Amino acid sequence: MADTQLRARRFRLPKRLRNAALLIGAAISSTIILLAIFAPFLATHDLAAMDMVNRFSGPSFEHLLGTDNFGRDIWSRLIYGARISLTIAIIAVTCSAIIGTIVGLVSGYFGGWIDLLLMRLTDIFLGFPPLLLVLAVVAVLGPGLFNVAASLVVVSWTEYARVVRSTTLSLREQNYVQAARALGASPWRILLREILPNSLGPITVLASLGLGTAIVWESALSFLGFGLPPPAPTWGWSLSYGTRFIRDEPWLSVVSGAAIMITVLGFNLLGDGLRDVLDPRHKTRG
Amino acid sequence: MQHDGSALLQVRDLKVHFPIRQGVLQRQVGAVRAVDGVGFELARGETLGLVGESGCGKSTTGLALVGLIEPTAGQVFCEGVDVARAGRAAALRFRRRLQIVFQDPFSSLNPRQRIRTILRAPLDIHDVGDPSSRDERVIAMIERVGLRADQAEHFPHQFSGGQRQRIGIARALMLEPDVIVCDEPVSALDVSVQAQILNLLADLRSELGVSLLFISHDLGVVEHIADRVAVMYLGKIVETGPRDTIFSSPRHPYTELLLNSVPSLDPRRRHKFQASSIEVPSATSKPSGCAFRTRCPLATAECASTEPPLSPRDDGRALACHNR
Repeated sequence: MADTQLRARRFRLPKRLRNAALLIGAAISSTIILLAIFAPFLATHDLAAMDMVNRFSGPSFEHLLGTDNFGRDIWSRLIYGARISLTIAIIAVTCSAIIGTIVGLVSGYFGGWIDLLLMRLTDIFLGFPPLLLVLAVVAVLGPGLFNVAASLVVVSWTEYARVVRSTTLSLREQNYVQAARALGASPWRILLREILPNSLGPITVLASLGLGTAIVWESALSFLGFGLPPPAPTWGWSLSYGTRFIRDEPWLSVVSGAAIMITVLGFNLLGDGLRDVLDPRHKTRG
Repeated sequence: MQHDGSALLQVRDLKVHFPIRQGVLQRQVGAVRAVDGVGFELARGETLGLVGESGCGKSTTGLALVGLIEPTAGQVFCEGVDVARAGRAAALRFRRRLQIVFQDPFSSLNPRQRIRTILRAPLDIHDVGDPSSRDERVIAMIERVGLRADQAEHFPHQFSGGQRQRIGIARALMLEPDVIVCDEPVSALDVSVQAQILNLLADLRSELGVSLLFISHDLGVVEHIADRVAVMYLGKIVETGPRDTIFSSPRHPYTELLLNSVPSLDPRRRHKFQASSIEVPSATSKPSGCAFRTRCPLATAECASTEPPLSPRDDGRALACHNR
């Protein structure tokens, strides 16, 4: 159900290019992750160092991607921005996946009123417009790395819960689960050893797609001024601030926007590619 | 092995009804009476073949016995002790003594676990022996069912259907159970492999003294392995008795119909009996009286009004029919 919806919405690459998608996605994502990890070594300038003579300069050997309105080095700020975006995205995706998986497993396996309760709870979360929910949570918690991540968890755990619930429902009827029950295995043992390992494929796919989504959300929050406050070099804020000068000096916005776009594209390609590899139901369709 | 009187397992009036719910309020509007009062006994080392056509409730009976389906009513006695009333600890012990082998050898093994892990699970769950000795037991069992010790590290997809069924049998045997419910254990296999698995089951039975409840729709297979046979029709046992008695002289019209439907090379096996209707009544709205009367050529007015009880006859069989 959730699968077909996703499939309908998402642009599908021709079959021949599927594995190429995985490779390109993996290449882009790992490059971004490496840039973020080694940012202190790769940064050419101090983040706050202003060079007022060279404001809005284009790319040069001195400033690889040019400078912003204060003459700060965009390349250095960009890779530090990647750190912020990725940290928030990884925390958000990990927590969402854990919470959603637990809810999905319990809901799908035990069924009955537990399922009813947990799924109606999920519906309540899904019922809110996600942007409003995220903004409300950040407004209550205040800005900060963990608070932004927490706000993203609030809107993204439901997807894991639903997908894991549906895989649990079908796996529960498998004979090997029945066999474990007949042996007298406890529900926890069955969930952790029989059902969870067989649900990891869809969870991995969702998580890699979720990283892209989380980065978009984080950028959107920063763009709106609800993310980490300046002088944190977030991509969203750079993009938003760049729009003030976009008529004369579009460079700042273009670079920030491109960073967001390429990163999200990378994680989405990775996720799509992983789905084709991990989910046999999608493999043969062209 | 013959029935020696002391029943290891006794099932009395077992019923499994699945409610049919309809409407917004999910009101119960009826029930599928999949198993509707089944009773039998199983002696130590004995094999009881449970036969009947699809949907007669034979598999449901097996699943209810091993606790995978909650029975609606009925009692199960293990060596004279009522399992349901004996408490949690006793219920867990009972589970240990009663294991199941499934029909589908492909879905019955977790694709992500090595054979060693799959076979260790029963020992881990019931905390049998010390952890270091468990692997040795696993290896011994793998060799016992005719696989190689090094195959313990393989994954299920590396095996054929017959080999997987051997693993399924090995898993059921790990806890040294008294009874194994075999739910159509060979019907998903090729005929040549069927014989191997049946011989394995027969060997294990005589070696370990384990009793089998052998559920199958394949009369040839049942004739090969069972000591006694129980024939089910629409959730009830209609005829039961020693294998040779049932197969050589079936008395219930339904048993006769079943045997007649097996293509036989032996001309003495040909029965001159035809059912008047092929249509099987649904388990939600069974005919009054005898459930088989709608298909029975011998049906009388009595069959429609009163249900024939399963009553013992002089030749060791029990029969539920007014007219035979």
